[in-house]
Amino acid sequence: MGKFGPDQFVFLMQGLKWTILLASISFIGGAVVGLGVALARTSNYRILRSATSAYIALFQGTPLLMQLFVIFYGVALLNISTDPWVAVSLAFTAHASAFLGEIWRGSIEAVPRGQTEAARALGLNYWSRMFDVLLPQALKISLPATIGFLVQLVKGTSLAAIVGFVELARAGQIISNLIFQPLIVFGIVGLIYFAICWPLSLLGERFERSLTAGAQ
Amino acid sequence: MYKLDFTVVVERFPELLIGAMATIALSSTGIIIALIIGVGGALLRNSKNAYLHFIVSSFVELIRNTPFLVQIFFLFFALPFIGVKMGPNMTAVIALGINGGAYAIEIIRGGIDSVSRGQREAALAIGLSRLDVFRYVILKPALRAIYPSLTSQFVLLLLTSSVCASIAAFELTSLAQKIESDTFRSFEVYFTITAIYLALSWLLMSVFGLIGRRAFAYPT
Repeated sequence: MGKFGPDQFVFLMQGLKWTILLASISFIGGAVVGLGVALARTSNYRILRSATSAYIALFQGTPLLMQLFVIFYGVALLNISTDPWVAVSLAFTAHASAFLGEIWRGSIEAVPRGQTEAARALGLNYWSRMFDVLLPQALKISLPATIGFLVQLVKGTSLAAIVGFVELARAGQIISNLIFQPLIVFGIVGLIYFAICWPLSLLGERFERSLTAGAQ
Repeated sequence: MYKLDFTVVVERFPELLIGAMATIALSSTGIIIALIIGVGGALLRNSKNAYLHFIVSSFVELIRNTPFLVQIFFLFFALPFIGVKMGPNMTAVIALGINGGAYAIEIIRGGIDSVSRGQREAALAIGLSRLDVFRYVILKPALRAIYPSLTSQFVLLLLTSSVCASIAAFELTSLAQKIESDTFRSFEVYFTITAIYLALSWLLMSVFGLIGRRAFAYPT
C-alpha cells in the first residue's frame, strides 16, 4: 500500500506521452492512407470504389479491440516485426484510415457538383481538380467530423493497454494495482483523458457552428 | 513457417455461439438502458431548471470525452471502495448503458430540437395532454429524424461491448480469450470472432431497419 504521490504522477505522465505519440502516429498515418481511401472511394473506377467500400465496412463493422488483436497477432505470424509498437501503430493507422476515408468521402461528395463541372470546363485535369478545387473545400466541410474522430482515436488508444502496451490507461492500471487506490488513480486517469479530449470536442463544435452559420 | 489451423475454432464453435448469444444479451440490455437514459436525459436537459441542465451536460461531456475502458475500470475497481459492489456482468451492462446513454442524450436532444415549436403549440392548442404531446408530437418524429444516427450509435455499443472482456464479463471476447489461452491459436481465434462480430453488427442493423420501417411507416 502506498499513496498517490509525485512518482506515481510522473509514471502516469510517461504513459500519457505514449498515448499522445500513438494517437499522433495513427492520425497522421491514417490521414495519409485515408486520403487515398477517400480518393479511391470517389473515383470513376468501380473496382476501386467497391474495394474501398468493403475496407470501410470491415473496419466499421468490427470492434476496434478485435482489429487490434488480429493485426497484432497477424503481424507476428507474418514475421513482419515482433515489436509491439509496430503492430499497435499499424492497427490504429489502418483503423484511422478507414474512418477518415469515409468521413472525407462524404465531404468530397458534399462539395457542390457545379465546382467539378466548372473545373472540368476550365480544362483542369483530375489531380488539379481534386487538389486545387475539391479537396480544399472538402477539408473545411470535414473539419468537425475529423476532429470528432481524433477524439475517438485518442480514447481508442486506451485499448492498446489490453495487448500490454503501456500507455496512459495501462500506466493507471499498474499504479492502481501497486498502491491499491483505484478511486484516485482511475479518477485522475479519466481527468487526464478529459483534459485532452474536451478541448478538441469544443473545437470541433465551434467549427461545426461556423460551418452551419456559413451555410445560411 | 507458421501454419494456420482452424480446427480448434471448429471444435469449440458451440462455445463461441454461446459467447455470441451472451454478447447479444449484454448489448441489448445495454441498449435498453441507454435508450432510457437518452430519453430521460434529453428531457431533463431541455428543462428550464439550470441545475438539471448543468448536471446532464456535465455527464454527457464527461462520458463522451473519456475512454470506455477507463469508465469500466472505474466502475469495477473504484466503486467497491465507496461501497458499491457489482459483479463483472452487472458492471458491464451498466457501463455500456451509461456510455451509450450519454451519446443517446446528445442525439435525441438534437432530434427534439429539430421538431419545430409550432408543432408543439398546435398540439397543445387542439387539446392534447402534455404527455400525449411529448409522446406523439415530439418524441416520435424526433426519433424518426435521428433513427439512422441512433442505429449506428447502438451498433457502436455492440462493438464496444468487446471491451467488457477486460473485466472478465461473460461475452464473446472473454470466451475467445479463454479459448486462446487453452490453445495458443491467437490469430485463428480472433480472426473468427471478428467475423462473428461483423455478422452481429449486420444483424443488429437489419433488426433496427425492420423496427424502423414498422414504427415509422407513416407519411411525413
